[in-house]
Amino acid sequence: MVGIITYGAYIPRYRIRVEEIARVWGANAADITGGLGVFEKSVPDLDEDTATIAVEAARNALRRRGVDPQEVGAVYVGSESHPYAVKPTACTVGEAIGSTPNMTAADYEFACKAGTAAIQTCMGLVKSRMITYGLAIGADVSQGAPSDALEYTAAAGGAAFVIGRDDPIATINHTCSFTTDTPDFWRREGQNYPRHGGRFTGDPGYFKHVRGASRLLFEQLGKGPKDYDYAIFHQPNAKFPQKIAKDLGFTPEQIKPGLVVPHLGNTYSGASPIGLAATLDIAKPWDRIFVCSFGSGAGSDAFDIEVTGAIESEAFQRSAAPGVTQLLENPIYLDYARYAKHKGKIVMQS
Amino acid sequence: MRDVAVIGIGCTRFGEKWESSFRDLFVEAGALALEDARLAGEMIDAMYVGNMSAGRFIEQEHIGALIADYAGMATRHIPSTRVEAACASGGLAFRQAVIAVASGMEDIVVAAGVEKMTDVEPGASTDTLTGAADREWEGFMGATFPGLYAMIAQDYMHRFQLTREELAQVAVKNHYNGARNPIAQFQQEITLETVLRSAMVAEPLRLFDCSPVTDGAAAVIVAPLDRAREFTDTPIRVLASAQASDTIALHDRRDISTLDATVAAGERAFRRAKITHKDIDLVEVHDCFSIAEICAIEDLGFCKKGEGGKFTADGETALNSSIPVNTSGGLKACGHPVGATGIKQVCEVVLQLRGEAGKRQIDGATIGMTHNVGGTGATVAVHILGRV
Repeated sequence: MVGIITYGAYIPRYRIRVEEIARVWGANAADITGGLGVFEKSVPDLDEDTATIAVEAARNALRRRGVDPQEVGAVYVGSESHPYAVKPTACTVGEAIGSTPNMTAADYEFACKAGTAAIQTCMGLVKSRMITYGLAIGADVSQGAPSDALEYTAAAGGAAFVIGRDDPIATINHTCSFTTDTPDFWRREGQNYPRHGGRFTGDPGYFKHVRGASRLLFEQLGKGPKDYDYAIFHQPNAKFPQKIAKDLGFTPEQIKPGLVVPHLGNTYSGASPIGLAATLDIAKPWDRIFVCSFGSGAGSDAFDIEVTGAIESEAFQRSAAPGVTQLLENPIYLDYARYAKHKGKIVMQS
Repeated sequence: MRDVAVIGIGCTRFGEKWESSFRDLFVEAGALALEDARLAGEMIDAMYVGNMSAGRFIEQEHIGALIADYAGMATRHIPSTRVEAACASGGLAFRQAVIAVASGMEDIVVAAGVEKMTDVEPGASTDTLTGAADREWEGFMGATFPGLYAMIAQDYMHRFQLTREELAQVAVKNHYNGARNPIAQFQQEITLETVLRSAMVAEPLRLFDCSPVTDGAAAVIVAPLDRAREFTDTPIRVLASAQASDTIALHDRRDISTLDATVAAGERAFRRAKITHKDIDLVEVHDCFSIAEICAIEDLGFCKKGEGGKFTADGETALNSSIPVNTSGGLKACGHPVGATGIKQVCEVVLQLRGEAGKRQIDGATIGMTHNVGGTGATVAVHILGRV
C-alpha cells in the first residue's frame, strides 16, 4: 500500500506580529486578528527562499528515517514562489539531498495546493512501480503586497513527504480532486505580488472547492467526518478552515493539531503539508487523518490517511528532527523595517 | 396629462451576485415585474432603463437595445432607452416612464434599473463612481465619493453639533430594517459599537457609514390609472414626479450641507401632489452615506436643518414611528446597485402601500415618497406615490 515513508517540516525562525504591520498602515490590528484569527506570521531570513526551505524540510524528513537518497526516483516541489521562473527548485533539492542524477524532477505551481499535487504525482509513480520513493514538497516564501490584506498572513515555510510502498508510517488509502477554472487569486508573469478578487476568494473559491473535494472523497469511500480522528484543511487564515470544518461536520478537536496558522501565517503551498506534519507529530498508530488542500485558480485535493505501527518502530525516529511545535518555538520578532529588508521590499541601489 | 399608476414591481435580491451577469439581473427583475402585473411581454409599449456605468463596470454600452433584446422585445422593435444620471439613473428612468404614459404617447411602459458592480476591483469601482462628481475639479484632484460626503459630514458636524453616535444611528436603524427585507444585501442587525469600531474610510465616515458595492436590478411597470385595474387589484398612483439639478461640483454649492436640488425637487413634488410632509407615511431616501440621510430628511422637510441627527437618535425615523425612513434598509443595508436604486425605492414604497412589506410593514401606509440623488446632489428625483 502506498503511503508516507517519512516526513519533515521547516519554518524560518523570524516572525512579525499583525500589530506591527497594522501600525505601519494605520489599520486596526484587533479587527484584523479578530477577523482572520492570525496573530503573527513567519518571515524568511535574508538568505532563505523556497529552495532552502524545501531542502531543510527534505533533510528533516531524511533525518527521521534512513531512506537511501539514491532510491528517491522523483522530486517534485510545489510552490508559487520558486526562486527562478525558469530553472527548477526540485533539481536543487535533489542535488542537496544526494538523489541526483538518476531521478526525475519538476516544479509545480497550483497556488496553495501545489504541495498536495506533488504528493498525488508521487503516489502514481510509486503505485505504477516507476520509482521506489518519491519526494513531494510544498514550500513557499509567499508574497503579500504592502498594505494589502494578504500582507498580514503571507508567511514562509514548507513540509516534505517521502512517498513509497515499503512499511509506510501512514498509508494513503485514497485521494481525489475537485478542480475548476476560477479566477479568485492570481499573479501574472513579471508581477511581484499576487492579486485577488476580495471576498470572491471565499465562497466561489475556497469553500466551493474544499467542500467539493471533501464530499467527493466521503462519497467515494462511504465515509464521513466521524470516521476520522484528525482533519487538516488549507489554512489561509484561521476562520476559513474552522468554518468549513464545522460545515462539513468536523469538531474543533479534530482540526486542532493541524491548525497551525494563528502563529505561523499562511505558508501557501506549505500550509496543508505543514498542517499534516503537525498532526503526524502527535499521531498514534491507527489514527485516521483527513486532509483537504486548496489552491486558487482553483482546486482541492482530498486524502484519506491512516497511521500505521511503523510510526513507533525503530526504523522511524520521530524525534530525530524538530516537530512543527518546536519549529514555532523561540521566534525572533522583527519590526516592519527589518521585515521589509528580509522580504526584499527595500529597493537597493545597484 | 393622464394619471399614472404602478401596476407591477420586481426586484432581484441585492448583493455580490457572482453567479448572475448584467443580463441575468435585468431579465430576472423584468420577469418578476411582468408576473406581478399579470402582463404578457407583447403588451409592453416602451422601456426606460436606468444604468450609471455599464461601460466601465462590464464594458458594455448600448444598454437600451441590450435590454430590449434580452427581454425578448427586440423583434417587436419597441423603443428602449437608457437613462443616465449617476446614482439617480433609476429615479430618472421611472420619471421618464411616468412622463411617457402621462403624455398619452405610450400606455404600458417598463421602468427598470440595473447595475453589475462586482466584476471590477474595488479601486476601479470607486473611480467609476467618481465619474458622478466633477472629474476635472474633484476627481482628478483626488476626491472620491466617501471623501466628498466626508467633507459634507465635517461641515455639518462643525455647524450643527451632530455627534458621532447620532450619525451612527442611521446605519443601526437601516440595518434593523434590512434584517427584515428578504432582498437586502445585509440582513443582520448591528449595534452602535459595530459602526463606531469599523474601519475609518474618510474622516469622520467609517465603513458602516457607507453604502456597499452591489449587483442588482429592479423593474416597475406603469400604465394609465384608468387602465390599471385591468392588471392589478392594488394599483399605486403616482401623485407627483419631480426632478431638480444643481452644480455638479460640491464646492460650487451655496451651502455644502444642504442639497438644494433635494429642497427644490421636494417642494415641487409636494406642490404637485397637493400634500405636505405630514401626509407622508414613509420615505425612501438616498442614504449613500449616513450623513446623506441626515441631510435628506431635513432638506425634504421632515425635520429642521441641524436636527436630523437628534431626530434619528430619538427614533423618529424608525419603523412605525412619526416618519419611517428607509424601511427597505436603504442604500446602506439593502445595497446600492447605483442604476437600480431609484427603481428599488419605488418597489419598496409600492410594497408598503399594498401592505405586502412583511416584517417591516408600516401599518396603514397610504402615501409614500422616494428620494434618489445623483452625485453629491447635482441631480435629485423625488416621487410621491399613493394608494388608490
